[in-house]
Amino acid sequence: MASVRAAGTLIRSAASRYPHFSVNGRRNFSASSALLARTYVNYELKDDVAVIKINDPSGRVNTLTKMMESEMMEVLYEVWGNGAVKSAVVISTKPGSFIAGADLNMIKACKSAEEVSGLSRDGQKMFEKIENSPIPIVAAINGPCLGGGLEFAIACQYRVATKSKKTVLACPEVLLGLLPGAGGTQRLPKMLGLPAALDMVLTGRSIRPDKAKKMGLIHHVVDQLGPGLNDPEASTMKYLEEVAVGVAKDLAKKKISLEKKKGLMQKLQDSVLGLSFVRKQIYNTVQKKVMKQTKGLYPAPLKIIECVQTGIEKGSAEGYKVESEHFGKLAMSSESNALIGLYQGQVACKKNNFGKPEKDVKKLAILGAGLMGAGIAQVSVDKGISTILKDTVTEGVVRGYNQVYKGMNDKVKKKSMTSFERDTNMSFLSGQIDYSGFQNADIVIEAVFEDLSIKHKVLKEVEAVISPHCIFASNTSALPIKDIAAASKRPDKVIGMHYFSPVDKMQLLEIITTDKTSKDTTATAVALGLKQGKLIIVVGDGPGFYTTRCLGPTLSEAVRVLQEGVTPKKLDSLTTSFGFPVGLTALIDEVGVDVAAHVAEDLGKAFGPRFGGGNPELLKTMVQKGFKGRKTGKGWYIYASKKKEKQLNSGAEEVLKAFKLTAPPAVSGDEDVQYRLTSRFVNEAVLCLQEGILADPIQGDIGAVFGLGFPPCLGGPFRFVDSFGADKLVQKMKRYEDVYGIQFTPCQLLLDYAKDPSKKFHK
Amino acid sequence: LKKTLSLITTCLVLLTAKSKKTLAKPGVKNVVLVEGVRTPFLQSGTTYADLMPHDLARAALQGLLHRTGFPKEAVDYIVYGTVIQEVKTSNVAREAALGAGFSDRTPAHTVTMACISSNQAMTTAVGLIAAGQCDAVVAGGVEFMSDVPIRHSRKMRKTMLSLNKAKTLGARLSLLGSIRLAHLSPELPAVAEFSTAETMGHSADRLAAAFGVSRQEQDEFALRSHTLAKKAQDEGLLSDIVGFKVPGKDIVSKDNGIRPSTMEQMAKLKPAFVKPHGTVTAANSSYLTDGASAVLIMSEEKALAMGYKPKAYLRDFVYVSQDPKDQLLLGPTYATPKVLERSGLTLADIDVFEFHEAFAGQILANLKAMESDWFAQNCMGRKAKVGAPPLDKFNMWGGSLSLGHPFAATGCRLVTTVAHRLKKEGGQYGLVAACAAGGQGHAMVIEAYPQ
Repeated sequence: MASVRAAGTLIRSAASRYPHFSVNGRRNFSASSALLARTYVNYELKDDVAVIKINDPSGRVNTLTKMMESEMMEVLYEVWGNGAVKSAVVISTKPGSFIAGADLNMIKACKSAEEVSGLSRDGQKMFEKIENSPIPIVAAINGPCLGGGLEFAIACQYRVATKSKKTVLACPEVLLGLLPGAGGTQRLPKMLGLPAALDMVLTGRSIRPDKAKKMGLIHHVVDQLGPGLNDPEASTMKYLEEVAVGVAKDLAKKKISLEKKKGLMQKLQDSVLGLSFVRKQIYNTVQKKVMKQTKGLYPAPLKIIECVQTGIEKGSAEGYKVESEHFGKLAMSSESNALIGLYQGQVACKKNNFGKPEKDVKKLAILGAGLMGAGIAQVSVDKGISTILKDTVTEGVVRGYNQVYKGMNDKVKKKSMTSFERDTNMSFLSGQIDYSGFQNADIVIEAVFEDLSIKHKVLKEVEAVISPHCIFASNTSALPIKDIAAASKRPDKVIGMHYFSPVDKMQLLEIITTDKTSKDTTATAVALGLKQGKLIIVVGDGPGFYTTRCLGPTLSEAVRVLQEGVTPKKLDSLTTSFGFPVGLTALIDEVGVDVAAHVAEDLGKAFGPRFGGGNPELLKTMVQKGFKGRKTGKGWYIYASKKKEKQLNSGAEEVLKAFKLTAPPAVSGDEDVQYRLTSRFVNEAVLCLQEGILADPIQGDIGAVFGLGFPPCLGGPFRFVDSFGADKLVQKMKRYEDVYGIQFTPCQLLLDYAKDPSKKFHK
Repeated sequence: LKKTLSLITTCLVLLTAKSKKTLAKPGVKNVVLVEGVRTPFLQSGTTYADLMPHDLARAALQGLLHRTGFPKEAVDYIVYGTVIQEVKTSNVAREAALGAGFSDRTPAHTVTMACISSNQAMTTAVGLIAAGQCDAVVAGGVEFMSDVPIRHSRKMRKTMLSLNKAKTLGARLSLLGSIRLAHLSPELPAVAEFSTAETMGHSADRLAAAFGVSRQEQDEFALRSHTLAKKAQDEGLLSDIVGFKVPGKDIVSKDNGIRPSTMEQMAKLKPAFVKPHGTVTAANSSYLTDGASAVLIMSEEKALAMGYKPKAYLRDFVYVSQDPKDQLLLGPTYATPKVLERSGLTLADIDVFEFHEAFAGQILANLKAMESDWFAQNCMGRKAKVGAPPLDKFNMWGGSLSLGHPFAATGCRLVTTVAHRLKKEGGQYGLVAACAAGGQGHAMVIEAYPQ
């Protein structure tokens, strides 16, 4: 930054020496050829408005890099030095991207908290200069305006944004375990008021342009254009620029006032918030809420509250100082490291690494209109994929059809979809009980009952009616795909597509390939999953694949823990306080006790004593008594009443009594219980990598977090081993192994990593 | 020498005129426009304010009968257009025909296709005649914006309908008790697309921006429309108007929305839809209008047999539709090349253009779209642009911006105006084009009837 400032002074003096220093003049101004060769930021003059254009040629989106920042300051000093320029517009020339945030690599490259704090201070200073600009600067926003991009925009005097679907404003730093470190925690409360600002920085939620205007985050919205003399995107950008230039001129002429007119409610709110004890109450309430939601496992939200509070109560100077210090500390935290790892993993799992499929999926057929089948249908028809939803009975079809309709109608109620879009989407759905139209299907996904003979039956029925190119995908959660493919005439076209329930909410899709599955089959399945908006991991075949397999020993251990006298409620609180979003017994109820029993039995047979621990008969007894979980109204808990507090199922307690075992005191403390559950999960995940079920640790982490709810603050099983230490984990496991035996024996790969502390799953 | 030269010129003119072929097709009946009339178009809420839609329609129909002296019983069929329906007269064609003294043995039906409703009525008539079903059909359209159906809220309607079925006093009282203040807020109709919920003016503003049409261009075009309309009115060219004796009021015989202003005055207006930077204003948009129109369409042989001199041939026509969001008002751009191809004509063959002016920005966007190779190639799947109509042949007697735009009555006005202009200007071919809500459009080729 220092060099930038030096360059800035240089330019300013140059400008004063050459009073007619304009864009046209600059072209022939060979004396400072370095200035001409700007890569990221350039500008041109439209009358007395400097239109500053940003574009990072190296990326798909613009990010705030050191280079971009320094060029931006160069340009700004040049503009400020030019007396003929009365106002400025900052706009991106990259289609659909304003500034998607600061460059994460810039932060990751830092070695110490102090170094990161330095970055933050540089950003703060740069934006302070922009805030104090002698001429009004208008940020013209089209596409994501996130993180550092948003902090840049709010430092400008005025903001104009397009109504494009791509335009969102947000401070997503908290989702990466960070905080808005370039003045965001200081400027937003002044701009939006304390409650709205806290909400924005603490949730990281995306704000659409219309809402942003209502909140006072932006001043002016511009509609998207259709095709005209150019394509819609280009026309819209040109329109945005024209409107922004007009606004900039009006600002310079003071035709538009920067003073906000405050409504009565706003004035009332301001006066209430003027009372320090009211503010104190707000900080306390928010802090309590954060503690309740995060269980104290995520440091960033608390630091954010502290920054906001310091800025308001002790003034900006102190606020900026605390902001940059905390930013540095957070960037070095393991939580942030984990969350950034997950973010990068998500980006990686949104790509198709198997090439472009030979044929796009235009028509999809789903067998079984149950919860899963209908869920898959919903995420397909709302992307415009023509979908057949087939069941064996009309009642099933009707139920599935209603589920899809309800799923979309809820979106209409929330205004994220129009009723017209809902109707159009529904027109892509065909509910039926026969195989008509299957001859046109490009892919058939079966979501029928988990029974190999039924799967074989439908596979044969389907293969009799589909065309040769059509793929057969199974949504099984545990049956090996090669066993299903055994009945197929064309095993190269058979693949596993394991969706997670509820399909419209769960992001993950686990795709399972056998050694016979063709590359194009995989490419097509991945392409379909991506179109459905899924995060995709592609794993090898085997009982339980990756996700269900990791869940197996964990559930077995959970049953063991319950048998040893830990109550379901206690187990849930132990797991949630470790970072699992849903407690393990609650999870079993959601998945279905029968499903869990089924999986435990199948996997227990396949993997033997390693999957032992809990007594498999316990879950079976639950099922026999009708305690199948939420779907039957009773599982570990009772779901009939709408009471807030979940009631324990006394019937389940009796079952537990019948299977009661004594807890070995040496390994039954709260922490030991947590690590018994987690270590078995992690060991199985590492074993999957060792056996080649997983191609890499990234997919392993994404699958565990987004499919099974592994604690995001730990970043997934592999990130956890890296940060916790393989040796420490092995030590713990050996201790449990002494008590319980083989189910806690660490796998070879984990032992290898324990031996060599330099070995890390993530670089 | 001078005489010889002028003779040669005359011959040349005759020759070129002759060289233009007629568009008659073998085996297809010639369909002709015998007469076209309309009531004066009035801004809504003015002199017609207390009427009902079928009253206006009656006036047009009676005017047609009066002007042609056509025997009522010789009318085989009546087709009438309307957009905003008065629920009491949902088949307004029938109510108006009966009220206008047509034979009760003449069937009548109502059509709706937004701003091209009366075009649809006319082409329905053309179809009936070409198919040999009818020989004389009256077509037309009416729009009455001084009164529109304003409904109770859905919740309130539901309660009121249940009230009819409630048997006991208790049940009625409990239903009445369920009414909340919010249920009393009415539902107002809006000129908005159902599919996109966008008002038409908003879409027009975005369309103008997409084609780079400036506020100044729009104001200039609106001023042109008003100036030309005023001139036509002053010169008595708007002869399709039939006077209307409004009950209890004066005879209305002139359109009342023609108001040539100045650029300065128009520049003062604020944008009406896209705020604050939009370009579509009240001054460069068509306004809410009351009015009705009617035409008599016949097979040529029947018209001649009955002793009528037709005004023009109604030739090829097309309907088009496209994206109702971003191309809502581009109907003319899509319809024009299509109808020209169907007729075997080029743009240069057309002597008279009458396009419906919904908004100045919409007309100018259409003209720019027709001049754009990019648009032709990327949106219309054509090799090259069709070209835009030359302005000196375009809407020379004003248009919807100045004369007014009663949605379902405008189509007949366009067709009759083409016939009158062809006669007055001595042209042979005319082209009508219009856009309509729903992202639809229409165009028709009209051929002058030999003098």
